[in-house]
Amino acid sequence: MAGKILLEVVTPEKLLLSQEVDEVIAPGSEGEFGVLPGHCHLLSSLRIGELRYKTQDAWHYMSILWGYAEVTPAKVTVMAEIAEKAEDIDVGRAQQAVEKAEQRLQAGGLPSEVKEAQISLEKARLRKKIADRAKKSGHA
Amino acid sequence: MPSLQSLRRKIAAFKNTQKITKAMKMVAAAKLKRSQDRILAARPYAHKMRGVLSNLSQRVNRTSHPLLQKREGKKIEILVVTSDRGLCGGFNGNIVRKSSEFVRQCEAQGLSVNLSLIGRKGRDYFRRRSWPIRQEWTGIFDKLTFEHAIDIGGDLTENFVKGTFDELYVVYNEFKSAIQQRVIVEKLFPIDAAAEFGAAPSATGQSAVGGSYLYEPDEGELLNALVPKHFQIQAYRILLESAAAEHGARMAAMDGATRNAGQLIKKVTLYYNKTRQAAITKELMDIVGGAEALK
Repeated sequence: MAGKILLEVVTPEKLLLSQEVDEVIAPGSEGEFGVLPGHCHLLSSLRIGELRYKTQDAWHYMSILWGYAEVTPAKVTVMAEIAEKAEDIDVGRAQQAVEKAEQRLQAGGLPSEVKEAQISLEKARLRKKIADRAKKSGHA
Repeated sequence: MPSLQSLRRKIAAFKNTQKITKAMKMVAAAKLKRSQDRILAARPYAHKMRGVLSNLSQRVNRTSHPLLQKREGKKIEILVVTSDRGLCGGFNGNIVRKSSEFVRQCEAQGLSVNLSLIGRKGRDYFRRRSWPIRQEWTGIFDKLTFEHAIDIGGDLTENFVKGTFDELYVVYNEFKSAIQQRVIVEKLFPIDAAAEFGAAPSATGQSAVGGSYLYEPDEGELLNALVPKHFQIQAYRILLESAAAEHGARMAAMDGATRNAGQLIKKVTLYYNKTRQAAITKELMDIVGGAEALK
């Protein structure tokens, strides 16, 4: 690997991560994009999705719920509304949230409520997925 | 010589005052802890946001978004952040002094200055002196939420676009530590390069050269969402800074007051006891003298 790129993730609650990494893959609003050191300047909004970064041949995962990413050749700054490292997600709670959101979606209601339920389901599924992945890689 | 009774009253009064200042100190300490946690948590996000925006301002075409314009600064606005309550030492005094100084400087350069005020204390001060006040927010520090920041940020962005002012400076107390505050004058509008903000992001050296950004989705949409958000976040950070600094200042002030009250009590009690003893001695001597005379 030629160089490293500094990845910083901040949320309104705290500075979640500040680390030199080899590669970042982020959930851009127009599709996922990968960033290697020396990437050109890019400013993108982020959707609900999974942020991956690689250090020493190991991938790490993180859930991102909206936000922005600024990419410069030496640095990636992610400003997320909500972000969680995979290790910090409580799998049991994530599972519960998925079920709750599914129930709400089935219950139906006003269009705005349905939309909200869809979003929370998407969030919950994402967290679950990421948490499971962390578990697997932890066992491996 | 004051009578013994009036001395006793004095001691009781000091003790009451001491109780109050002690209680206020406790309350301030509890509130400080909470607001300190909030500001420390909010800071990284706000600073990153500012870093991104100032990077952006160097590369983007300034006319591409109304909030990024840079106009010849003729109309200045100063946002003064004070507290709603007093009894916090020099907290508000420092702010007010700095702002007045700043206003005078601007006026000396022939610029027109308007004030926007956050906090009751500052409003009272400037209103009494009938300075030109454009906007005021009071009573928000009791229950500070992000809604307030959205409100303030929205007002500021709207008026910048309308041309009410060309430049905006914020004067506020920065929370340095529980016992230290720093008065800060910060330029909020228009957005400037990082160096002028005082903070020094590491990448400034390299980013001075190079092409413009790629945007995803398109530039207009992204800036529309990002730039107003920046101002909300900054407003929020400033409010949190000020709130934490206020509680810190109050705690220190009340700690001092409690200690001073203690000293006063000690002094007056000593004086009281001396006076009392003197009176007893005098009475004794009278009795002894009377008994002598009867012999």
